[in-house]
Amino acid sequence: MSITITIDANEAVARVAHKINEVIAIYPITPSSPMAELSDVYSMKGERNIFGSLPEIMEMQSEGGASGAVHGSLQTGALTTTFTASQGLLLMIPNMYKIAGELSPTVFHVAARSLAVQALSIFGDHSDVMGVRQTGFALFSSVNAQEAHDFALISQDATLRSRIPFLHFFDGFRTSHEVSKIELIDIEIMKQMIDEKLVHAHRKRALSPDNPFIRGTSQNPDVYFQGRESVNSYYDKLPDILQKSMDTFAALTGRAYKLFDYSGEADATKVIILMGSSCDTVEETVRYLSEKNEKVGLIKVRLYKPFSLKHFIQVLPKTTEAIAVLDRTKESGSLGEPLYLDVVSALTELKEEEKLELMPKVIGGRYGLSSKEFTPSMVKAIFDELDKEKPKNHFTIGINDDVTHTSLEFDDSFSVADEQTFRGMFFGLGSDGTVGANKNSIKIIGEETQNYAQGYFVYDSNKSGSMTISHLRFGKKPILSSYLIERANFVACHQSVFLEKFDILKHAQQGATFLLNSPFSKDMVFAKLPQVVQEVIIKKELKFYVIDAAKVAKQSGMGRKINTVMQTCFFAISNILSKDEAIHKIKKSIEKTYGKKGKQIVSMNFLAVDNTLANLYKVTVPETTQGKIQMRPLIKGDFNDFVEEVTAKLIAGEGDSIPVSAMPSDGTWQSGTTQYQKRSTALEVPVWDPNVCIQCNKCVLVCPHAAIRSKVVEEPLLNNLPEDFLYTKAKGKTFEESEMFTLHVAVEDCTGCTLCVEVCPAQNKSQTNLKAINMSSQEPLRKRGSELWDAFTKLPAYDRSKLDHEKAKETQFLEPLFEFSGACPGCGETPYIKLASQLFGDRMIVANATGCSSIYGGNLPTTPWRKNSEGRGPAWSNSLFEDNAEFGLGFRLAIDKHTHNARETLLSLKDELGEEFTSLLLDANQKDENGIFAQRQRVKELKEKLNLIQGDSASRLEELADYLVKKSVWMIGGDGWAYDIGYGGLDHVLASGKNINILVLDTQVYSNTGGQQSKATFTGAVAKFAAGGKPQIPKDLAMMAIAYGDVYVARVAMGASDSQTVKAFVEAEAYDGPSIIIAYSHCVAHGYDLRYGMQHQKLAVDSGLWATFRYNPVLRDEGKNPMIVDYKEPKIDVKNFMYQETRFKMVEKLDANNAKTYLQTARDHAKENYKRYKNLERSMQPQEEN
Amino acid sequence: MDLTTRYMGLKLKNPIIVGASPLTATVESIQELEKNGAAAVVLHSIFEEQINHEMHEIDHFLFHGSEDYAEALGYFPEVTLSNLESEHYLDEISKLKKCVNIPIIASLNGVSKGGWIKYATKLEDAGVDALELNITYIPTDIELSSREVESLYLETVDAVLQSVNIPVSIKMNAVFSAPANMAKQFCDLGVKGLVLFDKPVHVDIDLDVLNSLQNIHYSSSKDLSETLRWSAILYKRINASICASTGVKNHEDILKSMMSGADAVEMVSAILENGVEHIQKTLQDLESWMINKEYDSIEQMKGSISLSHTSNPAAYERANYMRVLTDYTH
Repeated sequence: MSITITIDANEAVARVAHKINEVIAIYPITPSSPMAELSDVYSMKGERNIFGSLPEIMEMQSEGGASGAVHGSLQTGALTTTFTASQGLLLMIPNMYKIAGELSPTVFHVAARSLAVQALSIFGDHSDVMGVRQTGFALFSSVNAQEAHDFALISQDATLRSRIPFLHFFDGFRTSHEVSKIELIDIEIMKQMIDEKLVHAHRKRALSPDNPFIRGTSQNPDVYFQGRESVNSYYDKLPDILQKSMDTFAALTGRAYKLFDYSGEADATKVIILMGSSCDTVEETVRYLSEKNEKVGLIKVRLYKPFSLKHFIQVLPKTTEAIAVLDRTKESGSLGEPLYLDVVSALTELKEEEKLELMPKVIGGRYGLSSKEFTPSMVKAIFDELDKEKPKNHFTIGINDDVTHTSLEFDDSFSVADEQTFRGMFFGLGSDGTVGANKNSIKIIGEETQNYAQGYFVYDSNKSGSMTISHLRFGKKPILSSYLIERANFVACHQSVFLEKFDILKHAQQGATFLLNSPFSKDMVFAKLPQVVQEVIIKKELKFYVIDAAKVAKQSGMGRKINTVMQTCFFAISNILSKDEAIHKIKKSIEKTYGKKGKQIVSMNFLAVDNTLANLYKVTVPETTQGKIQMRPLIKGDFNDFVEEVTAKLIAGEGDSIPVSAMPSDGTWQSGTTQYQKRSTALEVPVWDPNVCIQCNKCVLVCPHAAIRSKVVEEPLLNNLPEDFLYTKAKGKTFEESEMFTLHVAVEDCTGCTLCVEVCPAQNKSQTNLKAINMSSQEPLRKRGSELWDAFTKLPAYDRSKLDHEKAKETQFLEPLFEFSGACPGCGETPYIKLASQLFGDRMIVANATGCSSIYGGNLPTTPWRKNSEGRGPAWSNSLFEDNAEFGLGFRLAIDKHTHNARETLLSLKDELGEEFTSLLLDANQKDENGIFAQRQRVKELKEKLNLIQGDSASRLEELADYLVKKSVWMIGGDGWAYDIGYGGLDHVLASGKNINILVLDTQVYSNTGGQQSKATFTGAVAKFAAGGKPQIPKDLAMMAIAYGDVYVARVAMGASDSQTVKAFVEAEAYDGPSIIIAYSHCVAHGYDLRYGMQHQKLAVDSGLWATFRYNPVLRDEGKNPMIVDYKEPKIDVKNFMYQETRFKMVEKLDANNAKTYLQTARDHAKENYKRYKNLERSMQPQEEN
Repeated sequence: MDLTTRYMGLKLKNPIIVGASPLTATVESIQELEKNGAAAVVLHSIFEEQINHEMHEIDHFLFHGSEDYAEALGYFPEVTLSNLESEHYLDEISKLKKCVNIPIIASLNGVSKGGWIKYATKLEDAGVDALELNITYIPTDIELSSREVESLYLETVDAVLQSVNIPVSIKMNAVFSAPANMAKQFCDLGVKGLVLFDKPVHVDIDLDVLNSLQNIHYSSSKDLSETLRWSAILYKRINASICASTGVKNHEDILKSMMSGADAVEMVSAILENGVEHIQKTLQDLESWMINKEYDSIEQMKGSISLSHTSNPAAYERANYMRVLTDYTH
C-alpha cells in the first residue's frame, strides 16, 4: 500500500536522489539548496541507498567545482548527482558538455530559476535550463511535487539505459517549495526500477588502472566532427527508452506519464503547449472551459530535449487549428523563445513529412518570468487570443507592456476557483512561526484526512521585520492551482499592525472568515482597526474572530512564539476536523515537530493548545464604523516622482501593476530610497539620556541600521528647536565651548536589536540598571520621535576636515551613506559597511558579491546606499557571486585609465591652464580627507577654466576631470565569496598590485542561503554540510594574503576593538595597493541573541579564535615592523566563547565525544595561532643597524 | 568502633555525606570519594532553570530567524538533539550506580510546580537512592505573605513526593518565621530527611562595574551554630532524619552535629580546601576521639545534647541570647 506524505518538491526529489546515488557533489544555491541539505542530513543519520551504501555528500567551493567533481566521480564509475539552479547551472555548462560528450549517465536536478540579467532574482522561470539546452543533456520537466518525485526515479533509469545525461527540472519556489500531498515511491519499487546490470555497465566504463584507457583526448579537424556525430543514435533512441521507463514505472505505481501529455477535449481546436508548474493552471482552466463547451486543450512537454516528433504528433489533436506555445524565459533578439521555435520547426517538419494534415497557426508568448503570477484569467486571455484572425505573436502575458505593446490584456475577475476548496491566506511576521505552523497544518490535513492539500509561502524582501504570506488550499478535488490565492475564504492576520499598513482584506471574498491576533478584547478590537478595514469587514460580511495570541503564548511559557496558538485557532474555526480530533492531531504533530528538541518544548506547546480555545472569541461586527483610525503611510519624506510612482507601489505590494514604461531598461535604480520607507518594526527603541552619556559614540558605531546618529553643532542652531530636542555640551578637545552634542534615534527605522544598549559603557549613577541609552516601548515614541528625527537630519553635518578619522568616536560624526537596510536586527556586517561609507563614501565605488550584503544592499523595493548633500556617494553594483573581485578590479582598471587620460590631457593643456595650477593638480597629495577636499576644489576651478578654453582636449578633460580626484574602489562580500567561490579571483586581484580594497564580512557561514559551511567556518561549529560540527580548522585567508608581501592585510572585530577596526579601515584605504580587511561579523546563524553580538566578538578575540592584526607594507618600506599583532595572548578558554553560541553548543547535544575533540582542536588552534602570529611579528622586526 | 548511622532509612557506613558540589560531578571523582571513606554522595545539583532553559534556549535559537526570508528558511541543519544536559545527567547516574557501592542522593533544585518535577521520577528511574530537594526561594514580591511562601514550598514538596517512592529530603534554609513548624509540616507530608541548612549565597556589590553580584564563600565551623540549634530543637520531635550541613569541617563538627541530634553530615568546603584525603583523616580523628572518650558507636551519642537531653537547654533558646547581651554590656 502506498504511503502519502505532504512535502515540497525539493524533499520529494531528495528522497529519491539520495536513494539511487552514491556520490552527491553540490554547492548551495537558492532554491535548490534544500535538496542537498536534506541529502546531507539523510547521510548523517545513516540512511543508506538502495545498494546498501551511505551516499557521500561533498559541498564544493562553487557549482563549477561541483560539476567537476560530478564529472570525475562519473568517470570513475559512481552513480553521481548534483542539485542546482540559475547561475549555478551556468557554471556547470563546461562540464555538462563533457559529461554528455562522454555519454555518462547522470541526472542533475534543477529547481529552475531566473538568471541575473538586469537584476538578480531568486525566483522561478526557465531561463537557466534554457541556457543549457545545447549541452547534450536531455531536458526533462516535471509539473509538481509528485511528478518531481516520480521523474527523479524515471530519469535515473532512462539515463542508465540511454547513457544520455538528464537534467530534470521543476519550477523554483512554485514547485520546489510548494508543499503538497504526494504518494511516496516504495524502496522496493526503486530497486525494481534501477537495473543493477546497468549500474555494473556504468562501473565497467570507469577509469581504472586495472583496466587502463584514455578518455578526453584532444582531436583535430580530421576526426572531431565525426566524433560529434557518433552520438546521434543514442539521442535517436532516447525518447523510446524514456517512454519505456515511464511505462515500467506506471506498471509499478499506477502513475502513467508520456513524453508529451495531452489534456483536454479530444477534438480541441485551440491548444496551449508549455512546460513546468503552470501546466496545472492551464489544465485547471481547460477543464473549466471544456465544461463550458470550449474546444481547448493543452500539451504538457515532459521531455523537451531531445524533441521527439514521433511522440509529439501522437498527442496533438488532429483538429488543432491554433496553438499558443508558452515559454517561461526570454531570449532577446531571437525570432522566438526556444519552445516556440522547436514547436514551429516540429510542425514544419511534420507537415513536410506529411504527418500533419492541417498546419495550425502558431503563436509564442512569454509568461511567468521570476515567478510572475500566471493565472486562469491569463490562460483564458491566451485562448481568446487564438480565436482572433491575427493573434498577437511573441506576446507577453501577466504584465503591462506599454512600450512595445507585446502584452495581452486579461480579465482578472475571471476565476475557476472551486468554491468547495478551502482557500486560506495567513499574514505573519517572519519570526513569529506562522509559516512553520502552516506547514504543520497542511501536513496534518494532507496526511490525516482524505483532503488534497497545497501550501505555498511568500516571503518579504527584507530580512528584518518581514511579512510572510501563507497560501493554503485543501479540498476533496486534486488541486491544480499553481498560483497564489486570489480570493480567500479564510484570512488570518497574525500581527495586527499589518492591518494599518497593507490592504490585507482585499483578498477576502464575500462572507469569508477573518481571524485576527490582537491585544484588544472582542468588544474593543473592532474600534481599534483602521476605518477602511472596518468598512471592508462590514461590506464583505466577514465572520470576525479575535485572539490575544501573545497573551496565550506568554501564559503557556512560549514567549513571543504564537505559532501554535494561531494554528489551533485556525483548526477551531475552520471546522476541517472536529474540535477533539483537531486538538489530538495538532498535539501529535507537535510531538513530531518538537520531539527532537526535548519533552519540555512539547509540553509547553500542548499547554498553548489547551489555553487557546478559552481565549478565542467571535467578534460582533457593528453595522457602522467606529473611530477614525487611519492607515499608516508607507513612505514619508521629500521624494521624487519615481519614488512615488514606482517605489511606493513596490512597498505597498502593488509592483505587478507597474508598466514596462516605468521600469529602467538597464537595471539602473535610484539609490538611497530606504529613507522613505518607514517600516516601524521595533517593539522597543533606544532612548538617549544626555545626563548619563559620555559621548563615546559607540552606540552610533554599532547600530546596524544607522538608526542612531549624533551630531555636534553650534548652540544657536538649536535655539529654535522644541524643548524636547535633547542636547548637551560637546565633550573633547576637538570641539569648541559653544558646540553642542546631540544624539537621535530614527524610531521608525530602528529594528530594536538593542546592540546599542549592550555596548553603552555609561551607567546611570543613581540607577545602575540604566545606561546612557535605554530601550523603551516604540509605539508611544513613534510620532514625536519621527518629528525630532526630521529636525535632527536638517542640522548640518560637522566639518569632516576637522575630525580625526582615526578616532572611532569622531568617525561617528561623519555622515553614514548606508542606512536603514533590510538586514537582520543586530546584523554584524552592516556596522562595517556603514563605517566604510562614513569614511570614504563620497569617493567610493563598490563591487558587491552576491550574498547578504547584496540583498540588504540592493534588494528592491528600497536601497540603503545614498548620497550626501553635495550629491556624492557610493556607486554600487552587484555582478555575480563568483566574480566580485574581478568585477571590482575592472572598476579600478577603468578608473585608472580615465585618470591616466585625464592627467595626459591636463598636461597637454598646461600652457592654457598655467604650469603651477597643472602641477598642483597632478602632484596633489590625496592620502587624507583634507588632501582630497583640496583636490576637489582644484577640479572645480579646473572645470571653470576649461569652460573658457576651446577645443577637443578641453571638452575631453572636462568629462574626465573628476577622475583627478581619488576614487576608492571596494569589493565587498562574505566568506562564501572570499574563501570559496570567489577565492581564485580574489587571489588574482590581491596579486595585481592595484589600489583596491577588499572587505570580507566573515560570518563563517553562507548566511544568505541559510548557514551552509564555508572554509571560514570554525572548528566545532554546526552548519549545513557540517551537521555534526566541522572537524577542520578554518582557512587562514589573512596569512595567505600576507604571503604576497605587498598586500595590506587586517583582521578586525569591532566588538573587540573599535579603534583597531577604524585604524585598519583608514590604513587599508590609504594604502596604494591591494588591501584586504577580514571583519568578524556576528550573525543570526550563530544562534544567540544578537544584542550581545559585540560581546561575543570580544570573546572570540579574547579566546584566541579570532586573531586581530594588521600587516601594513608601508611600515616595512619605512623601516618599521609591518606586522602588528593587535590582540593579546588568549586569556579565556575557547569554551567560554564557543559554548555561548548554539552553533557550537549543539555539537555537545549531538555527540559529546566529538564536542570534546573539537574543543581541544580549537584550543590548540587558538594557542598555535597566537604563537605563529607573534613569531611572524618578531621575525619581521627590522634588524638594528650596527 | 561502630561509625554506622541510618539516614532516611539508608544505612551509611559513617556519617560523612559529600554534599552537592563539583566534587560529585563525575563518576571518577565520586569513586575517589568512596575510596577515601565517604558514606554517601549528593550529586551536583540540577536546576529547574537548567532543565527548562536548556530546552528553551536551543529551541529558540534553532527557530530564530527561520521561515523569515525565502533564501534562508532556517540556519541550522535538521538534526535530532539527543544529548541534552538534563538527559546526560540521567545517563551519568546509571553509569555511576554500576561503579560505586555507596548510596547516591540526587539533588534537584527548583521552586515551582512546573514540568521539572517530572524529572524527579526520571531520577528515581535512573536508580538514585534518595532525592535531596533544594527549594530555597527568595520572595521578592512585597505582596507575597509568609503563609503564601510556605504554601508554595509545601505544594512543591508535595508534588515531588507524589511522583516518587524513594526517600526525599529537604535542604531547608533557616529564615522561616517558624522553622520548627515548617520542618514539621514538611515531615507531615512525608519528607524523610531535613538537611540543615542550605548554604547562604552571599550578596555583594562590585564597585568596579557598579553592579550587584553573588558570592559563595567557603563555610567555616562558625556557620554550624544554627544547624546545631535546630537539630537540637527538632531531635525526636519530627519523624525524619536530620543531616547537618554548612560548617561541618572536621571531626569535632561531626561530633557536635551528632550530639545535637543529627544523623549524618554533609561536608563540602573542607574537602574542596584539603582534598579528598580529608575524609579519611576526619574519620580517623573521629574514631580516635571516640576511643579516647570511650564511645562505642555514633548511635550512642546521637541527640545526647539535644534540647531535651542537654543540661543547659537555655543555650538553644532566646534566653541565652539575652544573657550573652547582658554579659557583654556588663
